[in-house]
Amino acid sequence: MSLEFVEFTGTESYLTDPALEAAVRCALTLEKPLLVRGEPGTGKTLLAEAIAEATGLELITWHVKSTTRAQDGLYHYDTVQRLYDSRFGDHDVRDIREYIHMGPVGKAFQSEERVVLLIDEIDKADIEFPNDLLHELDKMRFVVSETGDEVAAKNRPIVVITSNAEKELPDAFLRRCVFHFIDFPDAELMRQIVEVHHPGVNDQLLSQALDTFYQVRELDNLRKPPSTSELVDWVTMLIAASPGSQLDKELALGSELPYLGTLLKKEQDLDSLRNRGSRFQRPRY
Amino acid sequence: MYINFIYRLRSLGVPVGPGEALTLAQALLAGLHENSVDGFYYVARATLIHHEGHLDAFDRAFLAEFEGIEDVVPELTEELRNWLDEAMKERADQDEESQEYEELTAEQIEELKKQFEERLKEQTERHDGGPYWIGTGGTSRFGQGGKAKSGISTGSSGKGRGAIKVADARAYRPYRSDVVLDIRQFEVALKRLRAFVREGADEELDIERTIDATARNLGDIEIVTRPPSKPNTHVVLMADVGGSMYPYGELISRLFSATKKATHFKDLRTYYFHNCVYGEVYETDKFTDPVPIQELLRQCGPHYKLIMVGDAYMAPYELLAPMPYSAPAELRVSGLDWLTRIHQHFRRSAWLNPEPESRWRGNTIEAVDEVFDMYPMTVDGLSEAMTHLNRR
Repeated sequence: MSLEFVEFTGTESYLTDPALEAAVRCALTLEKPLLVRGEPGTGKTLLAEAIAEATGLELITWHVKSTTRAQDGLYHYDTVQRLYDSRFGDHDVRDIREYIHMGPVGKAFQSEERVVLLIDEIDKADIEFPNDLLHELDKMRFVVSETGDEVAAKNRPIVVITSNAEKELPDAFLRRCVFHFIDFPDAELMRQIVEVHHPGVNDQLLSQALDTFYQVRELDNLRKPPSTSELVDWVTMLIAASPGSQLDKELALGSELPYLGTLLKKEQDLDSLRNRGSRFQRPRY
Repeated sequence: MYINFIYRLRSLGVPVGPGEALTLAQALLAGLHENSVDGFYYVARATLIHHEGHLDAFDRAFLAEFEGIEDVVPELTEELRNWLDEAMKERADQDEESQEYEELTAEQIEELKKQFEERLKEQTERHDGGPYWIGTGGTSRFGQGGKAKSGISTGSSGKGRGAIKVADARAYRPYRSDVVLDIRQFEVALKRLRAFVREGADEELDIERTIDATARNLGDIEIVTRPPSKPNTHVVLMADVGGSMYPYGELISRLFSATKKATHFKDLRTYYFHNCVYGEVYETDKFTDPVPIQELLRQCGPHYKLIMVGDAYMAPYELLAPMPYSAPAELRVSGLDWLTRIHQHFRRSAWLNPEPESRWRGNTIEAVDEVFDMYPMTVDGLSEAMTHLNRR
């Protein structure tokens, strides 16, 4: 197998780090699916768009839902339409191929050009879903059982798969992928992100908000630690509430934080933030 | 040259095999690492690791293999003190060797800390496995990997570039997950409980029968519909929390999140109790919102599948004395009677016990085992329990 070195250094709007670049290089060169995991809101889906943009290839997206089956990605045989046409239509119903519609994976395989195939939020589907796709993604081919036709990839698509960190994927599936875990942005990067959303935000406000934000994230026992989007919302509220964009009070942890509801979405989390400091009570025995 | 590295990863519990080694070799042949240590670090990480839970082990292995740093000789850091303070929480994963349940008192924890410091002075090299030295794996109370859930290690927090620095920062420690039963295993097991029934209005096109009917109708379309398929499994899950179950808290919460995520149950009710069931169970693990057992049995018919989770380990009087004291006489029966009553109500029930089977004899577990079909909370035990619940 001749391996071609493929370079990826992000795009203008998508910043990468060495770890991500190495992972993408591996996936592109070794022709393995790239599995991207990370907390919600860390830019997993955007990565596939960035790869498509950087390589100049078309992006085909497959949004996985809880009811999605592996078969849906390959092809769909429209029995009902054929039945209908046989009775009422003027279509020639003898050719079953007229009623075979390709799904995202089938389209990616059939494409004349190499494409980027994004399988988004694979963890949303049934737990056996990834296993059902193993063979197709490995061999890059599948058979349409109604016609016996084989659909084989003309050009091996670049496969990007995203998954939320919370759900577990099967080992056999994991073994076939190049893995990258998108880190939660550090304070410096987070500052840039917020500034993109709120140009010219008051520096003192932003610094304090960031400090408190990371402190809250550090707390134990949070069911849903706030992430990027919660921070952006919170800063929006803080700016709206202080017209001169001057802070009228300290944003310190321990004091009553304004608009906490935008940061923490679960009641238990709000409680545990308030009760912080009181040591954990041993349950009665 | 990196073969040792592969084996070191394996010894730290990272599932890497020939497949991963070959992938890495291909990547290196293609020059993906750009002939730098940093490049090698990132390429190896992307190809060898498949789960963020293993990133920390990767960092440790990388440090040990390529820095010449004698893996971890921990200092008694603040982190370590905290870990020892939390020894209670971690106990479930550690003290396989102790035969009886024992409470760690504050004095004992102090004792542990002292022992650790002493052992640290004695120890001159790294150890993996074994019951005594500080190291990775094994059953010693000190160390990391193995049965202890969190590790002691130092690892400077300096944030710099360069692979060694990155590895040394050990940023992925919070994602470690060397645990016995993970959520996926629970999910897979619970999935076996699913059963479907077709009910409701005829909303779905039955293609097979439509084609059949149409053919019989000489080609005139004859539409046949059927009700959609819906999940038909009813489950009651009751868990013992607090007290002797405290060390298994993490395991129980994993079971609960797997159960609540499962979409194939028509009705799922979760309740908590403490030690044993006396007259009522609670909707929260803080023992608020009580639900009287009679009420529960009235709402949930015998077709509900009952899963009890608990160590069934308690003082004999807690199982045998009539409780609760405040209840009217006809409701004042022993915990064992309450359990029997619940067991008789449901057609199918199983008890999952996180205690190892070796500890099930000669105590209250034995008595509860006689009432319920008891299964250990392991991959096999879980699967047996599900098979049992599925029998008709």
